[in-house]
This record gives sequence, structure tokens and C-alpha cells, in this order.
Amino acid sequence: MKPEESATTGADLLVKALIDEEVEVVFGYPGGAVLPIYDSIFKQNRLRHVLVRQEGGAVHAAEGYARSTGKVGVVLVTSGPGATNAVTGLTDALMDSVPVVCLTGQVPTHLIGNDAFQEADTTGITRPCTKHNYLVKSVGDLARTVHEAFYVARSGRPGPVVIDLPKDVLMNKHEYEAPKKPVQHKSYRPQTRPDPKKIEQAFELIANAKRPVFYTGGGVVNSGPKASKLLTQLVHLTGYPITNTLMGLGTFPASDKQFLGMLGMHGTYEANLAMYNCDVLIDIGARFDDRITGKIAEFSPKSKKIHIDIDPSSINKNVRVDLPIVGDAGEALDGLIKLWKAKQPKTDTKALKAWWAQIEEWRGRKCLAYTQGKETIKPQYALERLYHHIKDRDHYITTEVGQHQMWAAQFLKFEQPNRWMTSGGLGTMGYGLPAAIGAQIAHPEALVIDVAGEASILMNIQEMSTAAQYRLPVKIFILNNQYMGMVRQWQELLHGGRYSESYMESLPDFVKLAEAFGAHGLRCYDPAKLDETIKEMIAIKGPVIVDVGVDKAENCFPMIPSGAAHYDMLLGPNDRAAKPVSEEGMVLV
Amino acid sequence: MSATDAATSHTIAVLVDNEPGILARVVGLFSGRGYNIESLTVAQTDARQNLSRITIVTSGTPMVIEQIKAQLDRLVPVHRVHDLTLGGAHIERELALVKVKGTGEKRVEALRLADVFRAKVIDAKNDSFVFEVTGASDKVQTFVGLMEQLGLVDVGRTGIVAMTRGGEAF
Repeated sequence: MKPEESATTGADLLVKALIDEEVEVVFGYPGGAVLPIYDSIFKQNRLRHVLVRQEGGAVHAAEGYARSTGKVGVVLVTSGPGATNAVTGLTDALMDSVPVVCLTGQVPTHLIGNDAFQEADTTGITRPCTKHNYLVKSVGDLARTVHEAFYVARSGRPGPVVIDLPKDVLMNKHEYEAPKKPVQHKSYRPQTRPDPKKIEQAFELIANAKRPVFYTGGGVVNSGPKASKLLTQLVHLTGYPITNTLMGLGTFPASDKQFLGMLGMHGTYEANLAMYNCDVLIDIGARFDDRITGKIAEFSPKSKKIHIDIDPSSINKNVRVDLPIVGDAGEALDGLIKLWKAKQPKTDTKALKAWWAQIEEWRGRKCLAYTQGKETIKPQYALERLYHHIKDRDHYITTEVGQHQMWAAQFLKFEQPNRWMTSGGLGTMGYGLPAAIGAQIAHPEALVIDVAGEASILMNIQEMSTAAQYRLPVKIFILNNQYMGMVRQWQELLHGGRYSESYMESLPDFVKLAEAFGAHGLRCYDPAKLDETIKEMIAIKGPVIVDVGVDKAENCFPMIPSGAAHYDMLLGPNDRAAKPVSEEGMVLV
Repeated sequence: MSATDAATSHTIAVLVDNEPGILARVVGLFSGRGYNIESLTVAQTDARQNLSRITIVTSGTPMVIEQIKAQLDRLVPVHRVHDLTLGGAHIERELALVKVKGTGEKRVEALRLADVFRAKVIDAKNDSFVFEVTGASDKVQTFVGLMEQLGLVDVGRTGIVAMTRGGEAF
């Protein structure tokens, strides 16, 4: 066969490359610049396309798909507004290290820079919000670029990658180039294998600890499910306490008695005080985010810190550590377990016993306690009841952003990784519904619930239409307090109760709204009817919106006010007056 | 070492793929993360492998400098990041073109000083010179300072290029 005869259009090459990268589903929205790709998709049936209602939803859906499967999520959007609408999702995926490949249409190469219709400098705009991006200028580079993009997105610390595709490149013809395995990139080579000497040093520190704590994050999730198993094994071998970041929930079973709950701004009293008082801090795949550390100068001041991270730039960024280890969380855990088994170290049982006794005392404060009355539903209660009804089912949870998100992190229990999808780094309201759609596409039989607030859900409510079109039985569990709850909480704490613009007037009737989208709507404002409503929600086969009216004044506790140290937690409303927020704290977010 | 340590100046050489947008990636990283750029030079240095060498002079506390290098190294088209300041003995050079206008004694004095600084005359008119001066930045700065009194019209500086002493690469 002559080369010209085997040549296909760029659009066909692209679809072939996606199939070779084992892509099953693409979340997208068509437009002029990507019409050749949509034509190629139309002519085949290996690659499924899910039509979202706004490009931002496509990226979050791809994130939900990626985080619930460990695979790369794929997005296809048109040029100009298609690409700019994707920017929030890309930034979200960058902050939370989610592997996403986003294909953006572009005006033909000869028009680039001409202010052509629906032209935007997509590579320029997305440069700071992607792990890497490409502008493909010749069809001859297309297949190779796609394969490289997938490699970059999924390897090392995962992240979003944009491929900008001018329309003429999609129409021109060239031969296909299959992916090369194993990939050898000329400059990008993430270090996955940790230095064995450093693993040995870490082992010594861990084995000789008197007041240790494991602090693990999303890096363990991203390393794959095996890493969470290894983590659980190591934590059991040592008998040490463990806390998870928001992103790390599920890497260690929440029901285990060694688990102290989440740490950080809305973390548990026991987790935060363990961080403050520990003598050895073992960080695996967590990045000392400001929501975790509180006041840096007083962060875990007495500890030797070990930090295992695949991204060298995450090490010594916020907190200086004593033993930095660059590498994959799973490989590091594997090394530590092997050493532990080989050396059978004698830990300081007396000191550890005292440490656990101290932790139990902190636990005894019951920092998540609340009082459920007969009149109004407490949001915490709603989530406890929700968990009660879903815990024996195969379930995935997504959230929006705000109080409900923190309560979900506190009151839902995660026993496995990849079951919890929330916008941690960027804090994107509107994330939860499209993410739930992505998770449901990946797990059609599972129960997928978006724990939402009435404000957040309206940010991407149009995706209800997507859920209806594909008959995706996602459940949207709205904790409706008629406020942007977290904004209101901060205004109460920091701004003298001046609730500027945080009250949601003219909220829609969520039951009717659900019906308008062809979904089911349920409403519950009575604590006595909550269980019944949740059961009904689960029993309904299609998508459901549940409007749960909750206590409007409830605040999310415990709380480390911004700029305060771990020991300075507010445990409840009565603590508030005693500890006013400092001026330095006021300027922090 | 902590965030409160004093800021020091570092010269960092970065070997990158010579591709569109690479400079924007590097510069965007500095502006996006609030790092300083005191000087930046870039040109292709290896035509066969299509590589460019970027030399950046930046300043920060040791923790910030470490961050800058880690962030640079994380960029996909970056092959190598080398901190010449930490690496030990190295040479830094800069080239400047300095235009001076004047006649009579000032013109003679400019020429005499140029000779002292081993600056070359690369353009001459009846009432102006363009000098080419190379050297460490402070030498270039001193020369430019002296010319200010002698009819300085314009200065173009390349920014610093740097290299380690001895036979090792970088």
C-alpha cells in the first residue's frame, strides 16, 4: 500500500489514538472548530461521547470519571468559549492532581492570531492551569502528541493536559502512529522509585518514634488502590495513629480504630492535636496545604518530619521537613513494609501506650457532637442518616463546596480509595453534579450521590439535563440552609454578623426543578421523615434531587480559625467569643 | 534554614527544548508564583538536539530558591536545572552596547575610558560612538555609569550568561 492510501484525516487519527490509549468515553460539547472530530466519532462505535450542557461540566465530569476509576478522563470542547469555559475545570484538576486530557478545537493555522471567530489563545490561557499543553501545528505530529499527552497526564503527579487542535490539522491527512511502549520522554522523567537509603532512614525514625502520626493524602489515592492496601498494612504493623487529608479520605478505612479522622481547618480535635504534639510526622502524599497547617510557625513544632511525595516541588514548599523522599507513595510504602517485616523492630510500647492514652483523652472531647432536636434537621444528622442507608451499598460520593462538603468529610465514612470526589485545592462550587455524572458513567450500577448545598448546586444545575439524557441515576442530596453557609459562617465569625450577600433569596423550588429536568424531586424538612426520604431516594431508579431543609444557623465545627495554630481550635459556638480571630488571620482566606 | 532566612542572588542555568511557548512557561512560572527575575537570557545552544539554554538570575531565601528550581524542573520541556551559585566556581558575563554622543574633551575621555574597560568601538560618527563592553555585571554597570557624564544616549544589555569553571558540563 502506498503511504497516501493508508493516510487518514487528522480527526480520524485522533479518534484512533484515543482508542489506542484505551479511552472509552469522552465528555464534550460540539462547535465549529471540532466538527471534523464529531464527524469521526459519529462514524464509529468504540468511543462513547457524553454530551454535557456546558464545557465546565465536561471537565468536572471527566474528573469524576478519572478519580473514581484511576484512568485518564477525556474532554472534547470547541475553540474560543469552549476552551475558556474549560479553564475552571482544568485549574481544579491541576490543584487536585487529576489526570485529564482536554482536546480543544482551534481556528485553522493560517487564521491563528487574526482574531478569527471563536478564536482564543488557548495554549496561552491554559499554560498556568495545566500540567502541560500542546498546540498541534501539523497533522504529522498529531498522533504522537496525543500519546505523549496521555503519558504526561497519568504519570508522575497526575494533572490536566490540553491539546489544541487547529481545524486544518483535523482535516489534513497523514498516516497513523501507534503509541510506543514503554514511553521514553526526552526530558520528562518523573522519579517513582524512592532512594532506598532514605527509606531506611525513614524506617529508623518511624520505628523509634514515641508519639508518631501518619498524615496521608491524595498521593496515596493517585498511586493506585494497592498503595491504600499497603498503607493500611503498614499502619497496622506499626499500631500508630493515622489522619487523612480531605483528598486522602478512603486511603485508610475510616471505621478502623487507629483512624483519627480528617485533620485541618475542619478536622477533628484528636487529629489536629496529634499533629501538634507528635514527635515523628510521617507524611505520605500530602502537601502541607494551608488548610492543613494553620499557622505555619506553630505547625507541629516538636516533630521530625518525613515527607514522601512524587512531586519534588511539593517538598519543603510550605513546611521544611527533616527527611524528604521523592517517589511514588506505593513504592515507598512497599519498601517500608519490607524493612519492617525483615527487621521486626521493637517499638517503644510504653511511650506509645501513653501516646494512645492521650489521643483517647482528646477523642473523649467528642468534637463532632451535635444535638438533634425534634423541629429542624441538623445537617450532621442528615449525613449520618444518609451514611447509615448507603454504607452497605456500592457507593460513590461527590460534593460541591462549602459547609456541606466539610460535614460530608466529617460524617460520611470512607473505607476505600476512589470513592470520594471533592474539589479540595481549588474549592470549585458546581463541581459535584458533573463529577457525579462522570462517576456514574464509569460505574453504572453503583449508587452515586452528590452531597450539595443549595447555592453550589445552582452553579452547574444545567448538567441535570445530561443526567436525564443518559438516564444516569445520580442522587443530589441538597443540605438546604438558604445561605451560602460557609460564607455566612465566616461573616458571623470575622465580620460581626453582617451577612453581606450570603442569603439566597428566590431559590427555586427544587422539586419542581427536578421535574422540569425529567428527574424526581423529593423534599424533607422534618427530622422524623428523613429516613423515609433517604430510602425513597435510593429506591428511585432515575436521577433524584432531594431538598433537605436544614438548620440555617448551624456552623461547621471544629474549626481552626485562619491564622491560628492547631491547638487553638474552636470546638463549638461557645468557644467563639473566647478566641477572637487575629488581625493577621483576617487577611487569610 | 527557614522562610525567614535572608534572600540571596542565584544564577540558574536551565536547558530546555527550543519550542514555541517555552519562554512563556518559564516567565509565567516566575510571575505566577511571585518570584523575582533580575536578569534572563535565552538562545538556542544546541542546533542538533534543538535545545536552548536559559540563564536566570533570581533572588530569594534558600527555601524559595529550592522551590524555584523544583518548579522549573517540573516543566515538561525542561531537561536540566543547574544552580551555578550553589555549584561553586563559575563565570558570569554580560555584554552591553553603549551609545555616547559628544565632541571635544568628552569624546576623548569616553574613548580613553573605553580603552581602560577594554570596550570596543563598533560604530563611530563625528559626534558619537557605540561601544561594546563585556564583563561581569558590575564592570558593565561601572562603565555605563562613567559614560553617563560623557553623553550617554542609549544602553542595551544582554543580561547574564554563566558557566561553571573546569571541564564539567554546565
